[in-house]
Amino acid sequence: MKMLEMKNIRKSFGEHEVLKDISVSVGSGEIVSIIGPSGSGKTTLLRIATALETLDSGTVQYAPDAHFGLVFQQFNLFPHMSCLQNVTDAPIHVLKKTKEEAEEQAMKLLKRMGLEGKEKLYPYQLSGGQQQRVAIARALATDPDILFFDEPTSALDPELTAEVLKVIKSLADLHIAMVIVTHEMAFARDISDRVIFMDQGMIALEGTPDQVFDSDSERAVAFLGRYNNI
Amino acid sequence: MTLGTMILKMGEGMGKTCAIFFLTLLFSLPLGMLVAFLRMSKNKVISAITRFIISVLRGTPLMLQLLAVTYGPYYIFGATVSRNKLIPVVIAFSINYAAYFAEIYRGGIESMSPGQYEAAKILGYSKGQTFLRIILPQVFKRILPSITNEVVTLVKDTSIAFTVSYQEMFTIGKQIANSQTSFVPFIVAGVFYFAFNAIVDFIMGRVEKKLDYYK
Ligand SMILES: Nc1ncnc2c1ncn2[C@@H]1O[C@H](COP(=O)(O)OP(=O)(O)OP(=O)(O)O)[C@@H](O)[C@H]1O
Ligand SMILES: [Mg+2]
Repeated sequence: MKMLEMKNIRKSFGEHEVLKDISVSVGSGEIVSIIGPSGSGKTTLLRIATALETLDSGTVQYAPDAHFGLVFQQFNLFPHMSCLQNVTDAPIHVLKKTKEEAEEQAMKLLKRMGLEGKEKLYPYQLSGGQQQRVAIARALATDPDILFFDEPTSALDPELTAEVLKVIKSLADLHIAMVIVTHEMAFARDISDRVIFMDQGMIALEGTPDQVFDSDSERAVAFLGRYNNI
Repeated sequence: MTLGTMILKMGEGMGKTCAIFFLTLLFSLPLGMLVAFLRMSKNKVISAITRFIISVLRGTPLMLQLLAVTYGPYYIFGATVSRNKLIPVVIAFSINYAAYFAEIYRGGIESMSPGQYEAAKILGYSKGQTFLRIILPQVFKRILPSITNEVVTLVKDTSIAFTVSYQEMFTIGKQIANSQTSFVPFIVAGVFYFAFNAIVDFIMGRVEKKLDYYK
């Protein structure tokens, strides 16, 4: 059973067709990276998968009882809540867990994110990398079966990027399916089970990291060349 | 008349001044929220009507609105709203201030980033929960200075009740000033409003400080 099955997705903004008949599926526990040039429709695809955006045609289907989470590029933490409250508020008020239960889980998650001792701080008191790690803990606290990341590090300085990528990588042993839109090519190659290369609203290339990154397709070479040379 | 008796007589009206002030806040603060929601309604007719009403309430003098509420019913139906003038005064003030508060609330709500709503939606919050737990607390902090401004204005605006001869502090002061041909009651009134607003500033300052724990 696939965790997520998106079939024949089309989406236009006005005249501009952003997604042109895209189909994507994600297996249980699978880690999929989505790469591709700016404007190719990666964010739009994630927003459709998470119902933040409507689709023009096609279907989005999750496994029965599957929950999804989303980590935003801009974190979108709740500024009026401490780190701990950011992580516990939805479990308490949405999932109706007890406060003790939610806090115990949150402490574990924050520790896992390397944020021990920061529980009482407010988002503005944290670095961008720390804020993004709180956001990841917040997403994990709702027990998702599939977690989407939309360029989780592109709002961060290079020094802070590494720490966030490290914690994302460490999530692999949770066996949560992950779909990661990223411009971090080395990271994508390292972590992914499968890589999707999007271009102009279509999937230009899809396969194992080696298949995609070592591809000699013209578009892939042109796009990846920029990164491989670094 | 000695200064003492003047202050005593005007003091009798201060209770009524305070009544206008607190009752107006009591009704206009929540009413403003309702009006803000109507103004932001997706239904274009509702939103346009609300917008028009708000612009009339903000674009005409409160004094005129007070006269309309107090005496209008008499000319139209041959009946007054109530013997007790406090009732039309509070109605007129509440409606007028609700229009101002509505625009402040709307500004605050619309200034929230869409990311806050989206994060809440992904986490499974209902619309009501999103508003009450995520949006409102942040809006409250953001609009507090504008609310303070309106509250300060309201303190001074209570004196407008003299137009319908409601016996609040300023009305009594004006009557004494006329009968005694003295300017002193106006000074007493000035000191009173100033002291009242010093208290308002102090309290609102405390509330703002309390919300300083985040940015
Ligand atoms: N709400 C919107 N209204 C109009 N056009 C939009 C909207 N959202 C996205 N677009 C357009 O759709 C196209 C795809 O955008 P999208 O954000 O999905 O690209 P992306 O692959 O995520 O790019 P990036 O790498 O820069 O984040 C772009 O041309 C963008 O301008
Ligand atoms: Mg994007």
